Amino acid sequence: MILTLSWLKNHLNTKAGINEIIEKLTNIGLEVESLKEGTNNLSEFKIAKILKTEKHPNADKLKLCDVNTGGSSVVKVVCGADNARDGLVTVYAPPGAIIPKSQIKLKIAKIRGVESQGMLCSESELNLSEESAGIIELKNMSNKIGKSFFKSSSEKVIDLSITPNRPDCLGVRGIARDLSAAGLGKLLDIKKNKIIQKKNHNIKISITKEKNQGCLAFGSCLIKGIKNKESPKWLKDKIHSLGLKPISAVVDITNYVMFDLNRPLHAYDADKIDKEIIVRNSRKGESFTALDEKKYTLQKDMCVIADKSGVLGLGGIIGGTRSGTEIETKNILLESAYFLPASIRKTSKQLGLETDAKYRFERGIDPNSMIDGLQTATDLILKICGGEASKFYISGKKEYKNKSIELEIGKFKKTIGFSITESEIKKILNSLGFFTKSRKKNLQVLIPTWRPDINQEIDLIEELIRIKGFDKINLVEPEKVRVKETLNFQQKLFHLGQRSVSSKGYYEAVTWSFTDQKIDDLTNDSNSPIFIINPISNELNVLRRSIFSNLLYYLKKNHDRGFQDIALFEIGPVFYGKKPGEQQTIIGAVKSGQVNKKSWSEKTRNVDIFDMKTDVIKTLIELGINQDHLIVSDKSKNCYHPGRSGSVNFKTSNGVLLAQFGEIHPSIISNLDYKEKNIYGFEIFLDNIPKPNKKMRVLKENFKFSDYQISERDFAFVIDKHYQVGRLDKIIKDLDRNIRSVNIFDVFEGGNLPPNKKSIAINVSLQADDKTLSDNDLNQISEKIIKEIEDKTGGNIRS
Amino acid sequence: MSDLNNILSSFENKFSLVKNKDELQNLKSEFFGKNGSISLQFKKMGSLNPEEKKNIAKKLNEIKNQLTSKIEKKFKDFENLEISQKLKDEKVDITLPIRSTQHGKIHPVSQVIDEISSIFSEVGFSVAEGPDVESEHNNFSALNTPEDHPARDMHDTFYLDKDKKTLLRTHTSPVQIRTMLNGKPPFKIIVPGRTYRCDSDQTHAPMFHQLEGLHIDKNITMGHLKGCLNYFIKEFFEVKKIKMRFRPSHFPFTEPSAEVDIGYKIEDGKIVIGEGDKWLEILGCGMVHPNVLKNTKVDPKKFQGFAFGMGIDRLAMLKYGINDLRAFFETDYRWLNHFGFDPLDVPTNYRGLSR
Repeated sequence: MILTLSWLKNHLNTKAGINEIIEKLTNIGLEVESLKEGTNNLSEFKIAKILKTEKHPNADKLKLCDVNTGGSSVVKVVCGADNARDGLVTVYAPPGAIIPKSQIKLKIAKIRGVESQGMLCSESELNLSEESAGIIELKNMSNKIGKSFFKSSSEKVIDLSITPNRPDCLGVRGIARDLSAAGLGKLLDIKKNKIIQKKNHNIKISITKEKNQGCLAFGSCLIKGIKNKESPKWLKDKIHSLGLKPISAVVDITNYVMFDLNRPLHAYDADKIDKEIIVRNSRKGESFTALDEKKYTLQKDMCVIADKSGVLGLGGIIGGTRSGTEIETKNILLESAYFLPASIRKTSKQLGLETDAKYRFERGIDPNSMIDGLQTATDLILKICGGEASKFYISGKKEYKNKSIELEIGKFKKTIGFSITESEIKKILNSLGFFTKSRKKNLQVLIPTWRPDINQEIDLIEELIRIKGFDKINLVEPEKVRVKETLNFQQKLFHLGQRSVSSKGYYEAVTWSFTDQKIDDLTNDSNSPIFIINPISNELNVLRRSIFSNLLYYLKKNHDRGFQDIALFEIGPVFYGKKPGEQQTIIGAVKSGQVNKKSWSEKTRNVDIFDMKTDVIKTLIELGINQDHLIVSDKSKNCYHPGRSGSVNFKTSNGVLLAQFGEIHPSIISNLDYKEKNIYGFEIFLDNIPKPNKKMRVLKENFKFSDYQISERDFAFVIDKHYQVGRLDKIIKDLDRNIRSVNIFDVFEGGNLPPNKKSIAINVSLQADDKTLSDNDLNQISEKIIKEIEDKTGGNIRS
Repeated sequence: MSDLNNILSSFENKFSLVKNKDELQNLKSEFFGKNGSISLQFKKMGSLNPEEKKNIAKKLNEIKNQLTSKIEKKFKDFENLEISQKLKDEKVDITLPIRSTQHGKIHPVSQVIDEISSIFSEVGFSVAEGPDVESEHNNFSALNTPEDHPARDMHDTFYLDKDKKTLLRTHTSPVQIRTMLNGKPPFKIIVPGRTYRCDSDQTHAPMFHQLEGLHIDKNITMGHLKGCLNYFIKEFFEVKKIKMRFRPSHFPFTEPSAEVDIGYKIEDGKIVIGEGDKWLEILGCGMVHPNVLKNTKVDPKKFQGFAFGMGIDRLAMLKYGINDLRAFFETDYRWLNHFGFDPLDVPTNYRGLSR
């Protein structure tokens, strides 16, 4: 909403300066977006005199003018206007000026080989009128050569951001009323001039009674015998200050009333109406050409203003060209109607139409303002264009009652924290146009019809504190008490998991929850993408079903930047359906390239699956799971290399899936066109991590230790190459309670071994609680171990 | 007696010439060995009368002790010398680079969420969460934003179905609805989380992070709201005083509603929060609308309270001097390295929010 101080003063008697007003506007919830010079950079346009013209050497229609732009300065300007002549006083635009109509910034340019230092302007180019034949001719201005053409005193324009609940402040009067209530002056009464209205108007107007009728009332006035013309300067100035282009007195007046009183109006050329006005629902497929010169084809049930020949316009949104007023228009029908916000909103959304009228009706126009609007506009039209006005006529519902709300006096203190007297409540509400009646502990408040946002007691509380000032609210320091734990189990896992993975060298990424379907299909087993109906782009068109979809994309981006040996992770949602809650929280990580590259002390090697396994197992242990409960198997899924991947399940290999890890499937790598192809990843399924039923300190076994001697034994076996050695740990431990730990410390294939065999070396440490194990004890256990391993693996001890 | 003196002076002479452990060993044998000069003197004593024996023995023992301790000390010296010589040869080049270590980083958004959680934890808020995919009802209708409300235009919503019944939440406020429907008052929660709007330019990302706050109890007023936010902003920006301004505004789910500005100034090209005469809008808040309470089966006659919402990414940008919102989500290794936090740098109230 645009506002100037002078316009505001039409409604508000105030001594406040512009800065005070701006501050107050912000403090009462009418946020000031900006304060700008009204005529943007127009001060550069100077009154100038053509001293001498001569023919352009290279073009018949162009002239070369010596232009005096003030003082003794003379510039050469190329001009094509017929009326450019010696001695003419006109408007000069220097290089750098922005031409209002084209918004083009002028440069010093050669026109047909001759340099032109600026331009002489037509009225059309300055958006003053449609007059484009010839440059402006200024009379009696010879003494003002060099002065700005546009008044330098042109007003500053306040741009307000009005929240959707305050349609009343989409008119200057509403803003003035709020300022007056906030103590910044007195709201002036609207002067009502007596209009002579002798006749009833003879155009039949009917609102069809039908379901979903969007128009409740249609007020009108027929004005005959007008002489439409250019608007007077004061009106043009107002229209300019709104950033609009003056068109004609009739159109400018309807716009003026809309911005002045927040009362949209529409003027029809009465002679173009076929017999009568019918307000009805549209039929599917009907069409009309609107004032924006576009043709609209309508859906069923849009509220249209029609005549016998068809649709004239969309009620409350935009008029049509067929019945539009022109400068020659003699007789006009002025419309001041009330349309339902929901109907306006639906129609404009369907057609993608935004207009000032639509914006207002959608938010709620005062239904009782129909007559006021007609009154003001008719008065202005008669004054400027002459003519004879009919009586006002309203079809449909004429009067709208005020809502009534009970306000409990104590409610203010209960909500806001400090008290306010009844008389102050009354004063504020009355100044905002509310009527109040005292009733014991309550006030009965009648709500003006221009405030559709006030529906219950709390809305009145807001009005009171808004006008009184939010700075009056006393601050209550918060109490430092905690009744409930800040984080629940899942949140603690999230927090710990995030930092646990990061501490292993991974950089945390935060990527979109949506991704490119093409990548998402690659990283998922099932092929049912979750589409977004209106994605921001085709590359972000589905919700991610895998945490790898984006991570792999961004990993590649980093490779392309020259960082191959890196590790990234993200913690966040992946989705398995489009219903709320069909998502799980996952830690996903990727790692690529080599470790120890160019190291003076370590051997360079590729990142491998055991890096992943180590990081996964360590993280799960840090998340509080007993290592013995982490069961690793070679179960995998499509996004991993089938031979270099695995799963971690809880307690058994069929227990809940805690994590998966492995080399990213080579087909994905080649599909994404990676140059560095050594890429590994893991996923930890945080939601699957079981919550222990007791605190760890309770679950922990009592502290026991043995002081007897620890013995160690090493064994080497040749076993089947495909035997999964990890299983031996539990097999051996289960053999004897004195076996404390098992460590596989060597694996070897090839050499002298048969091709389907491998050699393994195992270290076992043994200790009893009650004695030092004798050689005999140790030998017995060793024999048990050898026998068991040979049985289970079909292998042999190496001698 | 003169024998003894001769021995003594002969020892001193030779002792002063000893150069290493071996020579010292030889010297020791020369005097204390089987036929060493001191040993011989002891042997000679047998032929002396008791009186003389007593005198000589005393003298001889003194000399013996004196010389052995001298030898022992010299021996230690040689040993120390030897060790230090050996260690000197073992010297490594300590300036060689360290082994490659793996440093991870925590994203600034995560760090700031932890900071925020820590601050609100102090005053009794707990963390609640909700799904990213929401129903139209929870995201809008239940929050007093009916379908034909123009406020819906302010949220450019991603939809998951043609009927616009499921969507990506446009704010964290639906978690208010979920929390209140699933529990009994009082409620005191914060909700950090991902939010989505189909809007993308230099200052808008299609996904961003919001922090919701909700405190519902019997007598919670706007004064509590003001106090709570004043506390939070001070703690978050780690300043003693903060200039804060409440401006009336409009959100369908709060009434009265306010936007909160904080004072700032620019000093040496950097933003200083809390002082100065410029205003920066950082959050929206208000008293929870009675309609929202009714929609969640909370009796607005008995319970009332406040809610607020703010952009986490923006808070992170302000606090840590990050200029570009888009960079948060671009996973540029260099950016993550520069703006990321050490995983051990966990914000806590006792150890401090930030280093």
